[in-house]
Amino acid sequence: MLLIPCPWCGDRDEVEFHYGGQAHVAYPSDPDALDDAAWADYVFMRDNPKGWFRERWTHTAGCRRWFNVVRHTVTYEIAGSYRPGDVPPKVAS
Amino acid sequence: MTAMAEGSAPRSAVAHLAPDLPDRPGGAVRLREVAFPAQVELRLDDEDATAFGPRAGQFLCCGMPAPGHAAGAGDPYVLWLGPGWYLAVDRPGSAYGLLAGLRDALGADCGGMCGSAVDVSAARTVLELSGPSARAVLAHGCLLDLHPRTFGPGRCAQTVLAQAQVVLHQTGAADYRLLVRTSYADHLVRWLLDAMTEYV
Ligand SMILES: [Zn+2]
Repeated sequence: MLLIPCPWCGDRDEVEFHYGGQAHVAYPSDPDALDDAAWADYVFMRDNPKGWFRERWTHTAGCRRWFNVVRHTVTYEIAGSYRPGDVPPKVAS
Repeated sequence: MTAMAEGSAPRSAVAHLAPDLPDRPGGAVRLREVAFPAQVELRLDDEDATAFGPRAGQFLCCGMPAPGHAAGAGDPYVLWLGPGWYLAVDRPGSAYGLLAGLRDALGADCGGMCGSAVDVSAARTVLELSGPSARAVLAHGCLLDLHPRTFGPGRCAQTVLAQAQVVLHQTGAADYRLLVRTSYADHLVRWLLDAMTEYV
């Protein structure tokens, strides 16, 4: 089980959260210009790194807020969490 | 309960379990229901909270709680549910006045309301779990660390207890309040009764 630090509630057990996938996937700046392949890329394609990953979580059973977590996909270590708009915690490469 | 039908009293979600609740004075753990509390949920954004939070706190006579905390020792009391999100709880039957007062505190008396105040009295019921073994009972199904070094009187948290979402409020050294959705109350009380068997 992961112990996830909610920026507002502190450390909570994983079961209180829902996963939201990769963070910082920006909505297309010019949606009208996208063809089907580009839309599919935006909607479905995500990074799948072996290492540190910035991802979205929501504290469903707590404050119900969305936030970002920097997690290592191999060791499951969590480097920290940050609110939307805040600066992500630094990690080695 | 304003809409009480002629000749029929309101019936709480766990009234049928009332005879089973161990409520012996001096017992290692006691459980009782405080049915039909008036409840109003407040939502304020950061700007509103600065301007109108103090007015709401003044109306409630107990101030507004800090994150992770509750305010008010008796009735009413206010629980912090999240950023800019509060639950004010008062005696049964007082929902109308509570709602009207909070709406005025948020500016309804000046013509426009900031934030929102909604009567959610029917959403949850209140269980009171107390006694020297109360923390041990909660530890059977609560994922929060309730040890005095991290949690204590005046603290509150939304969390999960026995798969049910609850607002957990510690009111004294060995006294806890559980606010649980009425549809989950039967499940939670039965789970608590089972967890309590080795202590009562
Ligand atoms: Zn939270």
